[in-house]
Amino acid sequence: MDDARPAATTGRYIGQRVARKEDTRLLTGRGVYVDDVGVPGMLHVAFHRSPIARGRIRSIDLSAARALPGVFALVTADDLARFKVDMLSFFLAQPVVPVPVLANGRVTYVGDPVVMVVAQDRYLAEDAAGLIVVEYDEEDPVVTLDDAKTGALVHPDTDSNVAAATGAEELDEDLEAALAAAAHLETLAFRHQRISQSPMETRGVVAQPHGSGELTVYLSCQGPQLCARWFAQALELPQTSIRVISKDVGGSFGLKGQPWREEVAVVLGAMLLRRPLKWIEDRLENLTAANQAREQEITLRAAFDAEGRLVASHADYGLNNGAYPQGADSNIAVMMFLWGAHKLPAFSFRARGWFTNTVGLAAYRGPWAIESLAREVLLDRAARRMGIDPIELRRRNLIRRSDQPWTTPMGLELTDISPAECLDVLLQKVDVAAFRAEQAAARREGRYLGIGFATYIEPTAGSTGVAVLMSESAHLRVEPTGTVTAVVSTHSQGHGTQTTMAQVIADRLGVPYEHVEVYEDDSSRGGYGSGAYGSRQAVAGGGACIRAADLLLARIRESAAHILGVRTDDIVLRNGVLHVTGDKPQTVSLRDLADIAYGDPDRMPDGHAGLEAQYRYRPPPITMTSAAHACIVEVDAQTGFVKIRRWVTSEDCGNMINPAIVEGQIAGGLAQAIGSVLMEEVSFDARGNPTAVTYKDYMLPTIFDVPEFEYHHDASMPSQAEGGFRGVGEGGCIVGPPTLVNAIADALIPFGELELELPLTPARLLAHIEQRPEIARPKPAEASEAPAPAADAPADPVPVAAAAHNVPAPSAPQEPFAPASGARIDGGWKFVLSTPMGPQAFDGRLATDGDQLSGVFIMNMDEAHFTGTVTGNQLKWDLKVTKPMKITLKYEAVVEGDTLTGKCKMGVFGSAKLKGERVKG
Amino acid sequence: MSEHAIQLTINGRAHEARVESRLTLSDFLRGDAGCTGVHVGCEHGVCGACTVMVDGAAVRSCLMLAVQANGAAVTTVEGLADDDGTLHPVQQALRDEYGLQCGFCTPGIVMTLASLTGATPATDPDKVMNALSGHICRCTGYQGIRRAARRLAGLAPTQGAPTHG
Ligand code: FES
Ligand code: FES
Repeated sequence: MDDARPAATTGRYIGQRVARKEDTRLLTGRGVYVDDVGVPGMLHVAFHRSPIARGRIRSIDLSAARALPGVFALVTADDLARFKVDMLSFFLAQPVVPVPVLANGRVTYVGDPVVMVVAQDRYLAEDAAGLIVVEYDEEDPVVTLDDAKTGALVHPDTDSNVAAATGAEELDEDLEAALAAAAHLETLAFRHQRISQSPMETRGVVAQPHGSGELTVYLSCQGPQLCARWFAQALELPQTSIRVISKDVGGSFGLKGQPWREEVAVVLGAMLLRRPLKWIEDRLENLTAANQAREQEITLRAAFDAEGRLVASHADYGLNNGAYPQGADSNIAVMMFLWGAHKLPAFSFRARGWFTNTVGLAAYRGPWAIESLAREVLLDRAARRMGIDPIELRRRNLIRRSDQPWTTPMGLELTDISPAECLDVLLQKVDVAAFRAEQAAARREGRYLGIGFATYIEPTAGSTGVAVLMSESAHLRVEPTGTVTAVVSTHSQGHGTQTTMAQVIADRLGVPYEHVEVYEDDSSRGGYGSGAYGSRQAVAGGGACIRAADLLLARIRESAAHILGVRTDDIVLRNGVLHVTGDKPQTVSLRDLADIAYGDPDRMPDGHAGLEAQYRYRPPPITMTSAAHACIVEVDAQTGFVKIRRWVTSEDCGNMINPAIVEGQIAGGLAQAIGSVLMEEVSFDARGNPTAVTYKDYMLPTIFDVPEFEYHHDASMPSQAEGGFRGVGEGGCIVGPPTLVNAIADALIPFGELELELPLTPARLLAHIEQRPEIARPKPAEASEAPAPAADAPADPVPVAAAAHNVPAPSAPQEPFAPASGARIDGGWKFVLSTPMGPQAFDGRLATDGDQLSGVFIMNMDEAHFTGTVTGNQLKWDLKVTKPMKITLKYEAVVEGDTLTGKCKMGVFGSAKLKGERVKG
Repeated sequence: MSEHAIQLTINGRAHEARVESRLTLSDFLRGDAGCTGVHVGCEHGVCGACTVMVDGAAVRSCLMLAVQANGAAVTTVEGLADDDGTLHPVQQALRDEYGLQCGFCTPGIVMTLASLTGATPATDPDKVMNALSGHICRCTGYQGIRRAARRLAGLAPTQGAPTHG
């Protein structure tokens, strides 16, 4: 299979390092970021925010602020009460707990917005914010993951601090036996620190209400179409009344995927006050009140046979969701991809997201990246302990191209991943034997060099299971002037999609790149698309552009053939000129054809005017990108500083549209990886006060921290998607951390196995080198958590967490679940199922006949019928589904009065809570 | 709040304004003078996005007050390219080397490089790199910025790849 694989291809523009269309305006200061927008009558917003992490608001005194000249309005939650707002997740799911736009009675994290100040300028707005006096009844906050398990409820109306849960609640006996019996068991437990996405442009919005009820929202975001749809659904407004404009965006990395509390407050404030409002987040706000990511703990166990082949594995995982996550999450993708490229017979996991009194969870480039970090670090440790070469250990376990198709225990169907082949290429570029000799020599001089390897696969451009991520659209037209305009549902926050989409269109149509202009900045211009999300734009947007260009080219050729009286086959469009081959060779410019198409349509086929086409492309369900990286470091044993001496990448990213842009994505991700391994950390004190609130405390990599990267694309193979592209947006941020950690651990192995405490600051590395006791810091609760063979819930010492598992189980007929005679089951119900994608609401009907149950779920004009059994008020039924994968869902529920509580077992994905409410009347 | 009359030149044009004493130079340039190419990334002097030239030297305009620029000649990123659109050599080098993605950090980097390169005798390359370490770019991993800076400082754009450590 390896030999027969098609090679990556290039075209006149596709595959070329074409200069970016975005750059001239950005280099000359003529970009338009949201803070560059001003509209007549615009007022400015600042927020008065909570200085405490948790408490009840006793009083708000606005009098001094109101008296300040230049203050226009002071808006509190009461003022916004007239608006109904559902703070939807990115997937447009309802939140698990209600998310207030402004704090309503309680504050839940430091930075929680309490009052929105509207004033003539930002200086005055901040003055006024400082004059507001709020009195609180302060309470002890729940800050860390451990706090969440043992502390008070973050949201008093919930039954536990578990925001989301997936995986098996009970340990699987067979799996535990396999782990225990294996020749080698490796366990890795660590915490990942919290990260601020830190786009250089902070969040910002200008909301401009119009008399007609229309609203223009200038927004720093990841995709204007998705954000317009989000506002429409969250505020229950017709989408056509909302226009989101987002021309240039100064980075996002997951933070700006959807509007959040402050942006919504500004939009509502503009509607309330009937004035345009601007809010530009400052860096202090960004580092304290913008949602963050990555605070996690994981205990990964993996068992190997004597030859180093994986036998079984289990992962126990926790994710800090903060108080108001943008979608409560237990991060199922971690589990999907942990062993997604490995020959692992048996896997099981438990994953939970926890509420805390900290700012909420948002996405960050490769949100599931901890899977690669945990796996690759574990593999290196296991290799050292088993005495196997770490590269050899990987090779024994990776799924090669020749092994595929392959289905993983998590149901991932693999057809064309190639991390092993990427590793092969990498090893041609890095002379490991020569390095080992150099390393040995250096150690004799007291210098510590290390080499680290990691491989990974990355799901890109997914179009399965997530309703907002199914397709992208491209509208193309030849203008009357003969140039080509494209309106595409992609969106750049630095991605350069105006460039790459233009390359694809110019290449496919046969027109000069300079004649193609791409627009993606205005929700009113084009069709729905999610924008930059899930490394999808090259694959999904590129595919849409190819198909639309093919349609447009067909129209051009047919029109020209009709007008000239020749066969369509005799017409070729090259460099913007139509060449007629055959008996009467001649050339016609696209401009001349456009003149006729718009000005003299009677000469066109069927008399249709214009030259336009559009296509909405749905890419394959998942397009996989693979890579292997190596890096070489030197750790200074005197200072603990890490110098990265070399970093080599080898990836399979399919056909590349623009190698410079591909490499830019890889490099940007790797720089962020370096930051997360060596320096970045959002930290809190015990009262939940953020302690890194400027860029003097929240350290970001500078030019001296990031080495020159070497790229090798030799392992690339076209994907199944149109154009053969694969996504590369997130990979560097996923494979980078383990590559670097493994190199540092290798360098410092003379001092013993390095404990993984992120970030690996000079102080921590020095402590390891000098064998000093570690800086006091809580450790993951591995002892009490994962390996305990007891049932899962009791492993958490606290009733709060146990409540999460308080679902009916026939084996534990406690008081609330005792059969209540005469419970009425039959009739209509409204259900909410807490899926890994967020809560899903749907209608249904249940009917009983003796001990027989029949029912139907009704969702999206689709019905799912099932039958089951009834025992008293306890119900059981199975439901087979085929999407997003084939799986039998096993339901158990109890009816009490007008409510139904139960769970749905989703195979390897664990169980989801089901709640039902009787439809009255 | 006290107001002060200031006079300065911005990109070669004379400007007069009355400003509050607390108004930062960055806010003045963006708001009053319309130079929105001056980007504000942190407002505390770390990110470098707001860098402009004041009397030829690179300065963080978020750390300077507008009143302090009274009498000065200020150049922003808008003032570098020729009127016919020809890019300044620094801008051209960054464009050729893919030295930007989102472009938010870019104006500051352009101004620092413009203040240090192009002179005779050439500025020491180490000094150029040291100055760049005061700029944060979250997008590019500095690859194209470094290549452009090396070229502008008279070096080969890359160091070349060894076969091992
Ligand atoms: S905005 Fe001036 S240095 Fe960051
Ligand atoms: S290009 Fe985005 S911060 Fe530098």
